[in-house]
Amino acid sequence: MRFIFRTSYSQDYGLAQHNGHLFWYGLLLAALVAAPWLVGSYWTSQLTFVLIYAIAGLGLMVLAGYTGLVSIGHAAFLGVGAYTQAVLTGQGWSFPVALAASAGLSAAVGVVVGLPALRVKGIYLAVATLAFGFIVEEVMARWEHVTGGNAGLSVKAPAMFGWTASSAPAFYLLVLGVCLIVTLAVLNLLRSSTGRAFIAIRDSEISAQSMGIHLAHYKTLSFALSAAIVGVAGALYAHKLRFISPEQFGIAQSIDLLLLVVVGGLGSVHGAFFGAIFLITMPQFIALFKNWLPPAIGQAAGLQAVVFGIVLMGFVLFEPTGLYGRWVKLRTYLELFPTYRRGMFRRQKTFQKSERVR
Amino acid sequence: MEFIQLLISGAALGCIYALIALGFVLIYKATETVNFAQGELMMLGACTGYLLMLWFKLPFLWAALVSIVGMAGFGMLLERAVIRPILGQPQFTVVMLTIGLGYITRGLVTMLPGIGTDTHVLDVPYRGQVWKLGTLVLSAEQGAVIGITLALCLGLFLMFKYTKLGVAMQAASQNQLAAYYMGIPVRRLNGMVWGLSAAVATVAGLLLAPITFVHVNMGFIGLKAFPAAVVGGFGSLPGAVVGGLIIGIVEALAGFYLPEGFKDVAAYVVVLLMLILKPSGLFGEKQRKKV
Repeated sequence: MRFIFRTSYSQDYGLAQHNGHLFWYGLLLAALVAAPWLVGSYWTSQLTFVLIYAIAGLGLMVLAGYTGLVSIGHAAFLGVGAYTQAVLTGQGWSFPVALAASAGLSAAVGVVVGLPALRVKGIYLAVATLAFGFIVEEVMARWEHVTGGNAGLSVKAPAMFGWTASSAPAFYLLVLGVCLIVTLAVLNLLRSSTGRAFIAIRDSEISAQSMGIHLAHYKTLSFALSAAIVGVAGALYAHKLRFISPEQFGIAQSIDLLLLVVVGGLGSVHGAFFGAIFLITMPQFIALFKNWLPPAIGQAAGLQAVVFGIVLMGFVLFEPTGLYGRWVKLRTYLELFPTYRRGMFRRQKTFQKSERVR
Repeated sequence: MEFIQLLISGAALGCIYALIALGFVLIYKATETVNFAQGELMMLGACTGYLLMLWFKLPFLWAALVSIVGMAGFGMLLERAVIRPILGQPQFTVVMLTIGLGYITRGLVTMLPGIGTDTHVLDVPYRGQVWKLGTLVLSAEQGAVIGITLALCLGLFLMFKYTKLGVAMQAASQNQLAAYYMGIPVRRLNGMVWGLSAAVATVAGLLLAPITFVHVNMGFIGLKAFPAAVVGGFGSLPGAVVGGLIIGIVEALAGFYLPEGFKDVAAYVVVLLMLILKPSGLFGEKQRKKV
């Protein structure tokens, strides 16, 4: 058990609460940097996917986990980022400039979606983002002279300042760098007044408004930031796959992103990473266990859907705080070893916010 | 003539949207939760009907009846087992839960022998018949969709207006607490609403099956019923029907008069316009903010 003895205010809002944090996260970073040389090329590739999905998850987490606005069309922003990056690098733009442009365009699209979203809540917002996702997918498929339509578009390796990240480890390190920057940016955003305003809006719009938070401004900002981060992830995704086509950015991808944040744990930065690890490694585990199941079940096309559905329902029913919540409980259990009590994390009774007029 | 022909085929498709949207709205009115697995319930209903005809050689009408009753029971079971434990939690929770439910249903159906990932023809007695009215051609499938939807809406209207059960459901949807104090068993009613909504979805599935065939992904049409429900105003039963018809007709007209690609997104463009212009929908209640 660690008792933190605070001696200055800066400790309260510092990124690392104590030296243990610095040590363990430093060790994790060192392990991640060394990973391409420690694990094989296959797992390097999987790790790259984990990091890319973690960035996308962070983007959705800002919107869904911290501002409380659920979007069922977030793959559209992934698509906007991916196509912008593909087209711009195809014209010879440098990687960082194209990345910034992808984020910017994605954010601009996010503002456009955010505007009608300001007037609607709950299910209406979900339907609005769903509709938007379908429209963007259709635009990507039909705007053929830019996006290549359903035939797809091939993407170059990222190149900047005369250096090309053509090898897998080089690209992995590039993604790791971008992921680190995005994570730090999100962490800093969340402890700024903007992030606190987001959280206030999530917890109660009315009380946030009473405290002088401009709802329209902050909701649009949240949409824009979330879209920009997901756009960055989309750009990296395009470079990783080297080939993009509209059906990769459809409703299935949007639901995968939602699955990621819910399973990881809504409202936690760790959750985005846990969720990404889950989303990438789960198909591998299913492939491993497939052979032990009876063929009628193991070889069925829908096995992965069933497992994903069961996991999602299990988390919603039994562990609404996700993998991160489970980890916090486990850690606390170990820290307090003999004295952990059941129900330490039992939440107060939650109430549904009724949208009806009474 | 061409225009009227388009209107009819649009209305037939719109009726399917309307039936699925009715399912959403029934559940939303009763429990204020949104069932994202409504399309999957429809798919399951159609598959049940198909399997009953395949395995037990039942005639179509009996298979339809058994699957409607069976699915109503399944809907009630679902409410009891999955939805009731998390009632009271934020709306988003139920959305995720039903998305998971949809995944599981779709995956399990591919494991059923006789369904798999193939498409199947539901052998209804009226398949392939057409009626000719001058230059108009009305296929029996479309006629059945429109006719049965009208009959079902009338039946639901009468039920909500005149039966004790219907009035109790209305009361519970207006104010659960007050209804509870009046001696209405609100929880049991919620289960029944889920059963009713699953039954309506099954009717939609059985009507749609002769037009688009039975297959695992036929439930994705449910995603187009959301726009229908929102256009009509979520929480209004007549609104769901009108919204479904609007979406169906707009889609048919867009498919004919506009360039390729507009047909698939017409429903979503309409719903975005609706949300910008009149967020509460055509028949929705005016929302006020109260502190």
